[in-house]
Amino acid sequence: MSGKPKLHYFNGRGRMETIRWLLAAAGVEFEECFVEAKDDLVKLQKGGSLLFQQVPMVEIDGMKMVQSRAIANYIAAKYNLYGKDLKERALIDMYVEGMTDLNELIMGHTFQPAEKKEQHFATIVDRATNRYFPVYEKVLKDHGQDFLVGNRFSRADVQLLETILAAEECKPDILAKFPLLQSFKARTSNIPTIKKFLQPGSQRKPPLQEKDVKRVMEIFH
Amino acid sequence: MAGKPKLYYFNGRGKMESIRWLLAAAGVEFEEEFLETREQYEKLLQGGSLLFQQVPLVEIDGMKMVQTRAILSYIAGKYNLYGKDLKERALIDMYVGGTDDLMGFILMFPFLSAEDKEKQRATIVQKATSRYFPVYEKVLKDHGQSFLVGNKFSWADVHLLEAILMVEEKKSDVLSGFPQLQAFKARISSIPTIKKFLEPGSQRKPVPDDKYVETVRRVLRMYYDIKAN
Repeated sequence: MSGKPKLHYFNGRGRMETIRWLLAAAGVEFEECFVEAKDDLVKLQKGGSLLFQQVPMVEIDGMKMVQSRAIANYIAAKYNLYGKDLKERALIDMYVEGMTDLNELIMGHTFQPAEKKEQHFATIVDRATNRYFPVYEKVLKDHGQDFLVGNRFSRADVQLLETILAAEECKPDILAKFPLLQSFKARTSNIPTIKKFLQPGSQRKPPLQEKDVKRVMEIFH
Repeated sequence: MAGKPKLYYFNGRGKMESIRWLLAAAGVEFEEEFLETREQYEKLLQGGSLLFQQVPLVEIDGMKMVQTRAILSYIAGKYNLYGKDLKERALIDMYVGGTDDLMGFILMFPFLSAEDKEKQRATIVQKATSRYFPVYEKVLKDHGQSFLVGNKFSWADVHLLEAILMVEEKKSDVLSGFPQLQAFKARISSIPTIKKFLEPGSQRKPVPDDKYVETVRRVLRMYYDIKAN
């Protein structure tokens, strides 16, 4: 048994990607065990490893953790990426939940039926540019600091970068009206652990392709 | 400015109900402002109170908090309902994640068509009895303690009771295969703050009805069809 956390999920972003980002940002090496077919999932379920019969599952510190929020909360707190007190945690939680909502919207795009894709894309762009990005732009503008919360690097910064990059994959100029988010993106991408994660060959996963949707659906449904 | 938290939401359960439960369980008095008209909602929007243009909104300790999960975590942390260390918090977060998913099947229920409601009722019962309740039954059986985590009352216990009662509203004998959960339900219901919240006249909201659905649709201009999950 290595000391390293072990991630159980399919070989793609989904609900595990934020956790990969967080571990990488914290400089924590981790192993991955990919669920490639339905049988792999069934095997995990029958083995009693999955509390609610679902992945993500992360083996960490003697626990078999499930529920992506629980896992991310644990990692963030363990590696001091969760603010210094309750109020900072409250801010981080609010910001992160907003990013999660946007990220889920973006991820849902590949699964949309053909006739709904165009409208869904418009919704993504609208939400990103009118609901979510203005909030983080204003946060950075108001305090003028490098990081979202408490003048210190936290999970909120990691997840904001993750979300920005996902949004840009959708629409490359999506940050056009957000100068502070642009400089945030550049600055945060340069943090050594993050820079490493952004390089080819890291454990960062590419976006799901149309051709993989069927295979993924078969595993989980 | 009162010292009390102030909740902004519709006069109904929705995503605010778990927050009402947690505050009540912690013995914290709170005020409520109910959204009844579109104008009220737009006023909140224009006033800049809603970080992501959404409710729930809870004014608490000088913050205008949004995002249900963030609000619940803050309340749990503040009132010592979040375990004593990281590992207990991890357990609580996992358990609450499960009950949250289960209650998620019920959240959209009032908005479904009559036909979809019947299907969803079956889904709720099936998930409760095959995926979620067995987990909590086993947790209680394995450690033999009164509370889910750390032999101490926590957010996880409040959330589980809320979930149990909601599922029972869909099928009254749903706990019949779960003796530990039956005892848990009786035990937690008699905790004084919870007992008070369960009494008529408390701020607990009733099962959502058509009037609630109509209000939500009107205020949020949410007129599209909701599909069962």
